[in-house]
Amino acid sequence: MIWRKKAPAPVVENPAPVIPETALTIDALGRKCPIPIIMLAERVGEVPMGAVISVLADDPAAFTDIPAWCRLKSHEHVDSYELPQGGWAIHVRRKY
Amino acid sequence: MAYLDAASTEPLHPAAREAMLAALDVGWADPARLYGSARRARLLLDQARAEIGEVLGARPDELSFTSSGTQAVHLGLLGALQGRRRAGRHLVVSAVEHSSVLHAAGVHERDGGTVQTVGVALSGRVDLPEFTGAVAAEGVAVAALQTANHEVGTVQPVAEAAEACRAAGVPLLVDAAQSAGRLPIPPGWSVLTASAHKWGGPAGVGVLAVRKGTRWRSPYPEDEREQRRVPGYENVPAVVAAAAALRARAAESAAENARLSALVDRIRAEVPRRVPDVEVIGDPVDRLPHLVTFSCLYVDGEALLTELDKTGFAVSSGSSCTASTLRPSHVLEAMGVLTHGNVRVSLPRGIPEDDVERFLTVLPDVVLRVRRSLGVR
Repeated sequence: MIWRKKAPAPVVENPAPVIPETALTIDALGRKCPIPIIMLAERVGEVPMGAVISVLADDPAAFTDIPAWCRLKSHEHVDSYELPQGGWAIHVRRKY
Repeated sequence: MAYLDAASTEPLHPAAREAMLAALDVGWADPARLYGSARRARLLLDQARAEIGEVLGARPDELSFTSSGTQAVHLGLLGALQGRRRAGRHLVVSAVEHSSVLHAAGVHERDGGTVQTVGVALSGRVDLPEFTGAVAAEGVAVAALQTANHEVGTVQPVAEAAEACRAAGVPLLVDAAQSAGRLPIPPGWSVLTASAHKWGGPAGVGVLAVRKGTRWRSPYPEDEREQRRVPGYENVPAVVAAAAALRARAAESAAENARLSALVDRIRAEVPRRVPDVEVIGDPVDRLPHLVTFSCLYVDGEALLTELDKTGFAVSSGSSCTASTLRPSHVLEAMGVLTHGNVRVSLPRGIPEDDVERFLTVLPDVVLRVRRSLGVR
């Protein structure tokens, strides 16, 4: 399907963007939604306030759903970075 | 079983059933022939065309019947693009159109044309300034916008978009599949499409109206039927039934819309009150009277629909986890809302209030069960 909104993400300027370090990485590669979000919700409390969590996911639904989860739960979606092997590192900041 | 999936298909209206049975007896002959039984079939077909045209705001000679709403969109869009080939090859569509529009756009693109997708707000409403700017550009052949969204019920600003198209001299295809027979058709369309089974008519009847003066050329081989717009033998009894259903719906719509809309308001208010971590999506005011969609966090949509089916409720979902495509719904994705755990409730005509109350009663427990099965605490 060519009709999907393209990954808004950062990309372009730098062909190999450096993905910033985060306080915690959750590996949800190969897991179907809503599992990546359940994993994120379970572990968001493990990092200090204001710290960033990186969720690695390759279910296309996660690309939309993790930012939507942030909006619903009042956390911050920092950015999403494409992974060289496919999927994304989706960065979320704990706000409370 | 409580049927809450009218947006997929509305149960056959009793008026349609009656008209269909009568027309099967008297309207079976070939309406293109010149003997008595053929003339009777022609008369029934023309009468149905006039009646449907009156409700939808089209002249009888502008209106053709197709075999489905999808076919109407395919023919309408590709025919309009063909008719405008010399003016340009650029097509403008909203990001939340029905797949029939997007797939026809795909054909256009593979044929060397270009396609521009205009984004939507969180409510699902198309970005009107962006749409207006897009159609005003050089080389735009055709634009397309739905009257209302099929997954979330948000009504689109079609009259304003049509005005922008008129000012730019671009024909606008309006896909009215979800609203025809429920809401008045907004003015300004050049090509209009609809589907009878969505308003309580039988399956197998689509409507394609091409406004007088709109350039349109069939993308199919030539055929004499249906003002030379649609190939193949007309299904006269089904068309007669479609007209009867539409007439009946139009007459009932004021009272029934108000009733269904109040039930939708109740669902919109009660679901987030009774179920934690739920978002009701789509525009709360500018919406179809009978449709509401919500998304439950931490829930697999398919499991949710299966559980609801077991408890006696037929509902639908645009959720990625239910679709065989393994892709999230393009509508939900474009809106930026949750694409999982999605439930679309659409109320058929005459639904007892009690069905909605029972749905609201069982839903919290069903969601809880599905969440528990996924290990959510």
